[in-house]
Amino acid sequence: MRGSTLFRTVRLGISSLLLHKLRSALTMLGVLFGVASVIAMLAVGEGASEEAQEQIRKLGSRNVILRSVKPPDSGNDTSEIRIAEYGLTREDHERIEGSFPGVQRAVPVLQAPVEVRSSDLVCLPRVMATLPDFREVTRRELYDGRFLTQIDEETRALVCVLGYEVARFLFPFQSALGQRVKLGEHYFDVVGVMYPRGPIGSIQADFNSETGGEVFVPLATGRAYFGERQIVIRGGTQDIQEVQLHEIVVEASRDDDVKFVADACREMLRRGHSQKDYEVIVPLELLMRAEETKKIFNRLLGSIAGISLLVGGIGIMNVMLATVTERTREIGVRRALGARKGHIVTQFLVETIVLSASGGLLGVVFGVLSPWLIDLFSENPTPAIVTPFAPVLAFSISVGIGVVFGLYPAWRAASMDPVDALRHE
Amino acid sequence: MTAHDLPRGTASSAQPVAELIDVQRVYRMGDVDVRALDGVSFTFRQGEYWAIMGSSGSGKSTLLNILGCIDRPSGGTYKVRGRDTNELDDDELSTFRGGQIGFVFQSYNLLPQLDVLENIMVPVMYQEDVPEGIEERARMLADRVGLGSRLDHRPLQLSGGQQQRVAIARSLINDPALILADEATGNLDSKTADEILNLFDELHAEGKTILLVTHEPDVGARAERVLRLRDGRVDTVTENR
Repeated sequence: MRGSTLFRTVRLGISSLLLHKLRSALTMLGVLFGVASVIAMLAVGEGASEEAQEQIRKLGSRNVILRSVKPPDSGNDTSEIRIAEYGLTREDHERIEGSFPGVQRAVPVLQAPVEVRSSDLVCLPRVMATLPDFREVTRRELYDGRFLTQIDEETRALVCVLGYEVARFLFPFQSALGQRVKLGEHYFDVVGVMYPRGPIGSIQADFNSETGGEVFVPLATGRAYFGERQIVIRGGTQDIQEVQLHEIVVEASRDDDVKFVADACREMLRRGHSQKDYEVIVPLELLMRAEETKKIFNRLLGSIAGISLLVGGIGIMNVMLATVTERTREIGVRRALGARKGHIVTQFLVETIVLSASGGLLGVVFGVLSPWLIDLFSENPTPAIVTPFAPVLAFSISVGIGVVFGLYPAWRAASMDPVDALRHE
Repeated sequence: MTAHDLPRGTASSAQPVAELIDVQRVYRMGDVDVRALDGVSFTFRQGEYWAIMGSSGSGKSTLLNILGCIDRPSGGTYKVRGRDTNELDDDELSTFRGGQIGFVFQSYNLLPQLDVLENIMVPVMYQEDVPEGIEERARMLADRVGLGSRLDHRPLQLSGGQQQRVAIARSLINDPALILADEATGNLDSKTADEILNLFDELHAEGKTILLVTHEPDVGARAERVLRLRDGRVDTVTENR
């Protein structure tokens, strides 16, 4: 009996709402937008943080990256030719690899500021001289051919592996594999092409031949042919920099060791270097910081969307108050026909809940479709990810808002004096 | 008191349905007490058909509200079928009036979102137990008032007379102690009003207790007896025919 009573009350609520179709629809719209924006905002937030985390994960969550940084000029700017010696040293590398507990391996990288050309095409990617382990440590994937090998290293082979973008730039209409490219003054055979680190299409469009892309050569080859001394000509002055290693990628043996390894590296570098000519990047720490940022971001977006839900709720309350006034006589009639105060409260509350729940339901539909809509209407698609939790949350809030904002109008309706209510015109 | 002792004919031996014992109703208007009802004592008995008349301000509406249990006396006692309404709290009184009072209003007061059958059944929905076969009873009552073929119509699709018939069927659904009709023909043309009054005659003949509040002498003349109020007191009691 209770079940059928509730069913009847809900049906009655729906038919009352249908008496004012436009008004009910507009009120629902308020909730619809609120719920849809909660879901969309959470989806955008989730997507953005997912993207940030993906980028950090690419650096390798078990890695600690040490990088050489040119220290600020010491002041004796008088000589025209300066030799700046700074950065990570081979000794640093040996020490980390040889004596640090918790370190799986440490891969050194030397950069060469050379042009890469093939026939008349020229570009300026990062040319990195490194060891075969580099690919695995940094989780890069091979697209074609092979990566550097130990034999390349031992024989100082003149071979190189191109990044996907560079390969496409230099050899737009053919496979780069087996081709020759000129790095600085020397010719290198292309033995492999790396997989791009993002979606193929977008990377290709964004490729900047002045700064973008990567090329890998064996470390020994790099040392022998390009050396550690680099001449940069800048605004009339020759700037000579001598850097032994530009980067050391240290891989910890377990996730739990990352913090320990990072601290040990920091300590060692602090003692071994008289100036701060290095930086230590810990992707795991960045990841954790990104998680924090994500939480704040989500809270911010959530509250903005929450406010729009609140506005929807106020809209509902407004309409229900008007409805109650308008239906004063109906309330009087129902009271005269035996309705208790509780019946009137239930009736109006059910109406508000039906209103907010159906608005909420439609909002969930739009919200779940929002990533697709964002994709459709925006030039630069931001990835948006709807987690299953978001629609559930948004829908529950919308129903909750129906209850909260429906209670006062319902109470107002119920507390009317039947005699006055009946006399109301 | 004199009114109480007037000869009543055969009906006087019937069961009392509604008893007013020194009922008073005082409204406070600013600093002044307005005595809308000033000690009314009266007994309506089973099967009687009364017209309650009086000029405006005579306490007619106040009496109607108290008889209908939507207002309470400030003093005195009002009993329906022997039950003292002062003993009921707000919720109990609501359920009680739903079961014991059948209202027929001047402006019909059907619920626009419900069809004829649903409107007739509204008073049942607010009772604690819905009796078996109530929908059958509602159909029967709709037939009884001549609307058996329009059960799924909405009030706005019906004429005034038809709406009032639905309202009368609604007032009968819980088999109440009293049918309280408040200017029930006030919004109708004379022909339709006549039809409605014929319906009341038929209900009276079936033994229903009917109280018809009106200010129209023509309508009052259709009842069995007339109770006249004046300044919140019973003025005269007359028997028609």
